Amino acid sequence: MTEILRTEGLSRYFGAVVAAEDINVTITEGEIVGVIGSNGAGKTTFINMVTGYLPPSSGTIAFDGSPIKGLGPRKLMRKGLSRSFQIPQLFLELSVLDNLSMALSASESRHLEMLRPVRTPERIAAADEILSQMGITQYRDEMVTAMPQGARKLLDIAIAMLANPRMLLLDEPTSGVSTDEKLTLMDTVMEVVKRRKLTVLFVEHDMEIVQKYVTRVLAFASGMVIKDGPVEEVLNDEKVQELVTGKRRDKDTETHQGDA
Amino acid sequence: MLTVWAILIDGLIYASWLFLVAAGLTVIYGVMRILNMAHGSLYALGAYAAASALGWYYNGVGDQLWIALAIITVCAVAIGALAGLIMERGVLRLMYGRDEVLMLIVTFAMLLILEDVMKLIWGTTPYFAYQPYAAMGRFNIGVLTVSGYQLMVVGVSVAVGLALWFWLERTRVGKILRSIIHDREVSEAMGVNVRRMFTITFMIGAALGAIAGGVTAPIISVVPGVGVEVIVVAFAVVVTGGLGSITGAAIGALIVGLARAVSIHTMPELELFIVYAVMATVLIFRPHGLFGQAVARKI
Amino acid sequence: MGLQKSEIMLVLAAAAITLLSFVIPDWLAFTTTLAIASALVVLGVVLLMRAGLVSFGQGLYYCIGGYAVGMGGRFLGINDALLLIAMGVVVTVALAMLLGLLLTRYREIFFAMLTLAFSMILYGILVKSQNLGSTDGFGVSDWTLLWFDPDGGKGSKTVLWLATAVGLVVALFLNRYFGSAIGLACEAIRENEVRVEYMGMSRRQILYINYVIAAAIGSIGGSLTSLAAGHVDPTMAYWTISGEFVFIALLGGTGHVAASFIAAMIFIMVRTYAVELFPNSWQMILGIVLLLIILFLPKGIWSLFTRRRRVGS
Repeated sequence: MTEILRTEGLSRYFGAVVAAEDINVTITEGEIVGVIGSNGAGKTTFINMVTGYLPPSSGTIAFDGSPIKGLGPRKLMRKGLSRSFQIPQLFLELSVLDNLSMALSASESRHLEMLRPVRTPERIAAADEILSQMGITQYRDEMVTAMPQGARKLLDIAIAMLANPRMLLLDEPTSGVSTDEKLTLMDTVMEVVKRRKLTVLFVEHDMEIVQKYVTRVLAFASGMVIKDGPVEEVLNDEKVQELVTGKRRDKDTETHQGDA
Repeated sequence: MLTVWAILIDGLIYASWLFLVAAGLTVIYGVMRILNMAHGSLYALGAYAAASALGWYYNGVGDQLWIALAIITVCAVAIGALAGLIMERGVLRLMYGRDEVLMLIVTFAMLLILEDVMKLIWGTTPYFAYQPYAAMGRFNIGVLTVSGYQLMVVGVSVAVGLALWFWLERTRVGKILRSIIHDREVSEAMGVNVRRMFTITFMIGAALGAIAGGVTAPIISVVPGVGVEVIVVAFAVVVTGGLGSITGAAIGALIVGLARAVSIHTMPELELFIVYAVMATVLIFRPHGLFGQAVARKI
Repeated sequence: MGLQKSEIMLVLAAAAITLLSFVIPDWLAFTTTLAIASALVVLGVVLLMRAGLVSFGQGLYYCIGGYAVGMGGRFLGINDALLLIAMGVVVTVALAMLLGLLLTRYREIFFAMLTLAFSMILYGILVKSQNLGSTDGFGVSDWTLLWFDPDGGKGSKTVLWLATAVGLVVALFLNRYFGSAIGLACEAIRENEVRVEYMGMSRRQILYINYVIAAAIGSIGGSLTSLAAGHVDPTMAYWTISGEFVFIALLGGTGHVAASFIAAMIFIMVRTYAVELFPNSWQMILGIVLLLIILFLPKGIWSLFTRRRRVGS
């Protein structure tokens, strides 16, 4: 049970605004962790700091034992930390296959390699494989602009997986996806996660999804982690219900107050 | 020691001129996020308009200094505001929302057009309107002599700076503009008529550029091309001070003005090089200029 | 159009020009040479445009290439054309590698204006250099190309052959380059910088490489121009020249290497007549056409001939 991610005292301020404060989290390999909290609670700030997009104001981050604070996305990716985005970050004017081929070419090659064409047989094969794992093979030769949102999210996640990460951070993987598609999307993703034995941390607003797929939950409020533990324990916690989920959980009556 | 004083005085005079030129450029960028490459042409328009008007005035109508100065101001502001209105309404408005660099190319196209428009209207022979300059004599500061006109320019520059500051800080329109500078989308969401503000801003920025040109007309020979050389220096000032900041433009002008004065007195060939070297140095320590804001991130 | 096909077209075009060179009048040969030389500089602008940057200062390297030829002959007694061109490239690459470090840090507007500034700095320095003839510049000494010794008319056919050969090599290289991984990465950068970084590529490094390549081919263009024209002067670094290169780049678009050559040819032919007929409105016409192009043909004239395959909306 190796520790894969550890943050200590991680904080981020924007002037007087406290976006995140004193976050101490330790994640072990193989865990599936859900991150919940209302908007502005600090979830995305946390992810942005861990993935090198935002420098922390203070605190430390260690990935696989080595400090990663201040490293940019490129270096983190090579260490095995990947992420997906709330709004899929894709090359809209390129085909799906090209998006994936680019990702492969970028992650594996050194500079001189980049003079060769992007589509090599090996890359096409790898792209095809992840496309079928994600269930979006039908979009292979289409431009991204032709894809519906759910498919785009899957592509975004697929790109993150191509780098063969050890840990994957997903920022609201089901946001913008219709309710009936959410479960299919998560099933697909989690299947691949299991197969590749990835550690996953994902931000999610939909408590159903959280309950179904994770073993542990981090609850954020006002920039801090207010509860960290097994799913049921966190979701049943009074403070969490007050500040985050806004619903009382009853085994008999399920009253949703929605995806806040 | 003498040289040091000469450098300081020259630097100050040059800095005040630079501020006048750069103020309009930075205001437009701050509010509209457009770097107007045609700003130099507006400067030139102001210079030509002032030179012609002064030529007409001194050619039999009169020779009062203060009327001449009033003429410069009125002509420059009028032509600047008018040109600004036409440019904003006629061209820029069609391109809003497009890439920042595309806008830059659009302003470049306007630069090309304006340069020739000026040639067509005023021809290529130089215009001189030295009378106001001559009329204001020379003054002694210690052992050095400075022209009265140049001192007046310093005064005008300070006045314009104060006026701008007052306008942005104290008036309603100014506050609206500051909110747009800070965050355009939020301002729009709060009901600000951003489009109208854009037109007003552009006209004011253009008028400022034209005033700078008008005020400079008596000191130079107005020929095609004066505008372009100006934009290159104005850009250095604005970047050093921080794009969009008036205070930045003022401080940037001081720095660049001094740098240029040093160069002129020591190594004249490297004048522009030194200006840009100074700018580059500032950028190393403050990548957005002294008072510039970082651009908001996307995700 | 497959990769091989378009390359064959380029080779055929080069062959055609070489064959025709024996029968066309001198002025046409000169114009074609200028067009090819300009196209090389324009391709540099295109290279950067594909990565989302506009350079208003390619004139800097164009001028260095030209002055390298001039100074090499005049001060160093070097007469071989290829050697002179190589000299220009070496100086250019050294400078570009230095300036590129600064320039690639900045976003589009900064980049554009900084490039303009640097070319104007060179202009300022040259104008004030009496040794180099100041605003008049100076003439290029007689030169030789390998075993050719062009005599009379500054060897207009020889320089055309040289330009065609060099142009072809550059065109083929860039054609490959555009289609390679790094070429695609350039477009990707323009599209989505965040994704590029998260894929493991460095925006700065890619831009840097492009900048240096663009500088090098700009220098070659300048060298060819001075070999053909027999003269160099500081206006090669003046902003209007750089602006013309940007104009041609927009005219031709970023889709295909050949477009820049065609656009350059059209431009130079039109300019030769227009400058005589409308000396004081030529720039205005350019400005108006530029606006029209931006409004109606964002991908340049080339987009009239090829339509991108669009699936869905």
